[in-house]
Amino acid sequence: MTFWTDACLLLLVLTGLVLLGTGRLSFGIRVVAVQGWVLGLLPLLHEGGTPGTPAFLLAALALTVKGVIFPWLLTRALRDANVRHEVDPVVGLSASLIIGIAVLVPLLAFGPHLLPPFPLPSRFWVPAAFFLVFTGLFLISARRQALTQVLGYLVLENGVYTFGALLMSQQPWLVELGILLDVLVAVLIMGVIIFHISREFDHIDTEHLTHLRDWRRAGQDDLPSSEGKGR
Amino acid sequence: MLAALLLLPLCSAALSWVLPGDRGRRALLVGTAAAHFGLTVAVWIRRPGPLLSGWLAADALGLLFLGITSLLFLAVAAYSVGYLRRASMHRAQGETAGGSEAGFTACLLLFLAFLTLVTLCQHFGLLWVAVEATTLATAPLIYFQRSARSLEATWKYLLLCSVGIALALLGTFFLAASAPGGGLSLSALLGRAAGLHPVWFKAAFLFLLVGYGTKMGLAPMHTWLPDAHSEAPSPVSALLSGALLNGAFLAVLRVQQVAVAARLGGFGRDDLLALGLVSLAVAAVFILHQDDFKRLLAYSSVEHMGILAVGIGLGGEGTFGALFQAVNHSLAKGLLFMTAGNLLAAYGTKLAAEVRGAPRILPVSGVLWVAGFLAVTGTPPFGTFLSELVILKAALATGRYAVAAVYLFLLAVIFVGLLGVMLRMVQGEAPKAVRPMRESVWTTVPAAALGLMALMLGLVLPPWLDEVLRAAAALLGGS
Repeated sequence: MTFWTDACLLLLVLTGLVLLGTGRLSFGIRVVAVQGWVLGLLPLLHEGGTPGTPAFLLAALALTVKGVIFPWLLTRALRDANVRHEVDPVVGLSASLIIGIAVLVPLLAFGPHLLPPFPLPSRFWVPAAFFLVFTGLFLISARRQALTQVLGYLVLENGVYTFGALLMSQQPWLVELGILLDVLVAVLIMGVIIFHISREFDHIDTEHLTHLRDWRRAGQDDLPSSEGKGR
Repeated sequence: MLAALLLLPLCSAALSWVLPGDRGRRALLVGTAAAHFGLTVAVWIRRPGPLLSGWLAADALGLLFLGITSLLFLAVAAYSVGYLRRASMHRAQGETAGGSEAGFTACLLLFLAFLTLVTLCQHFGLLWVAVEATTLATAPLIYFQRSARSLEATWKYLLLCSVGIALALLGTFFLAASAPGGGLSLSALLGRAAGLHPVWFKAAFLFLLVGYGTKMGLAPMHTWLPDAHSEAPSPVSALLSGALLNGAFLAVLRVQQVAVAARLGGFGRDDLLALGLVSLAVAAVFILHQDDFKRLLAYSSVEHMGILAVGIGLGGEGTFGALFQAVNHSLAKGLLFMTAGNLLAAYGTKLAAEVRGAPRILPVSGVLWVAGFLAVTGTPPFGTFLSELVILKAALATGRYAVAAVYLFLLAVIFVGLLGVMLRMVQGEAPKAVRPMRESVWTTVPAAALGLMALMLGLVLPPWLDEVLRAAAALLGGS
């Protein structure tokens, strides 16, 4: 089992790296889908022996939500919302990759010493989870497009889920179900908002979402106030 | 009884989608809020036992925040009737687009259901699910105006809070990792607190603090808050500030409860104290020179969340002060945001400089506006004065004179900043274009009721409230 577990974790780390380096949104979405499939399988590998029916059902559900529904939703948003297909990075793609590797190396070197106080199926489990968390946070802050930020949120959530898969067997399935449901609804609402942003501003660069601020510059054009009758 | 408390708003939310007429829907909203409040009072008196094998229970902490939430929601529900009437009038004149009223009511009720779950739940996994659900229920509410500005605010709110809450989930898993083999229920963690792995618990505490602290509006994670509070419809702003922030604060308190049991309470208190002082400082900087009066109120919320964190961070008597402050802040901020909504409707601007002579235009709201400012800045005889004083006393009693000095200085700066803006809005001649108008009972009475309660709490602290506050403070190792 250890071999397959390690292979899965390696695959997760690789998808993180690929996401940091990719310039095409549609490709990024497909990579996140692959991540979702691997994540769906991960809890089953961890169980060892023959997993029970609830474990299978939850794995199937996670796989469907993370591996099928999310990519489908994002692809639809990409098509309908009239989005440019480049990711529009703040930090360049190769620079992102180098930063990613610079984070990955110490994680792999010291990560195996960051062991939680219980036996792990693989020493690389915790570093892989942390790397995905980092990748998600990095994508959210270093990419301009709203859709890429959602992608980053999903990767962050996947990283947290990877760590959680270690402990899921101890937790009641109700909680896991609730978590999946919450994330699903969050992405749905984000999708709707993206659609509205694209209609309102003709693009979904969050750099243009800068009308709300504390000190107005003189002569700055201002959008009408949202409540009451406007100015 | 606890189940009824949760199911009532859920069923009403579903019902409000189906109901055809706006009039019936508004009655449903107020009726549900009143019934929820009645049930809360009953729970407060009867103290029903735990439910679902201890996952849901009303302990003193939960009871306190449940009470605040239910009371504020009742006031906001009544106010919303006036607000929705105004909105539908504007819509009839074709001035603003706005979302559907059915969605608005349903989301309000869903928000009530999830926030009730936050106050009642005794399991960290479920707590996370509930807190995230409140984010999702409020996002469409913030976007109710359907303008570009509210869209921007909603996007920031959704993304920042979701990321924050994702970190809180990681913290929750760390918490589980620090107590291998056991569940995440509060009682199980408290029971085995001595055996928690200290390093993993500290990591869990930090992640949970940052995660739920984002939702609570502690600086430097507060950046979503001014945008969301200023662009949301005023009843929603009142709920966000008075109920949602408290819900996140309760989540932080739950973690601190475990920290105290694990003899790591000092670690938790130091972190809270630091974040609290930073929040106070940030609020002070942005309150000076603030030209938008709803943003001003939003930064005042950041300030008050800072005060709560400082109170808990000082421990001892400060814990009691912080919990009492949470009650006072919700009352005062509910009053202020509702009044701000009235001013906004009359003047059609959020710029403080363009609002002059408020009491001439809106006789009732103008007076309430002044009262609200006195309440929120901690002027005697309002309750906030007492709770802020208790926190100051706690700082002096523990010998942290530097903290006390900084705390007092920042409160003074904020007092001057807020009062300057408020006075300018109240004095002077109203602009010619703005006509004096008759105020509806729906938009003034709920605000006035909250203001009266804020005043009463400064004069007498009812014994039943005192008892719950003391019991809640004892749960957190304070007095």
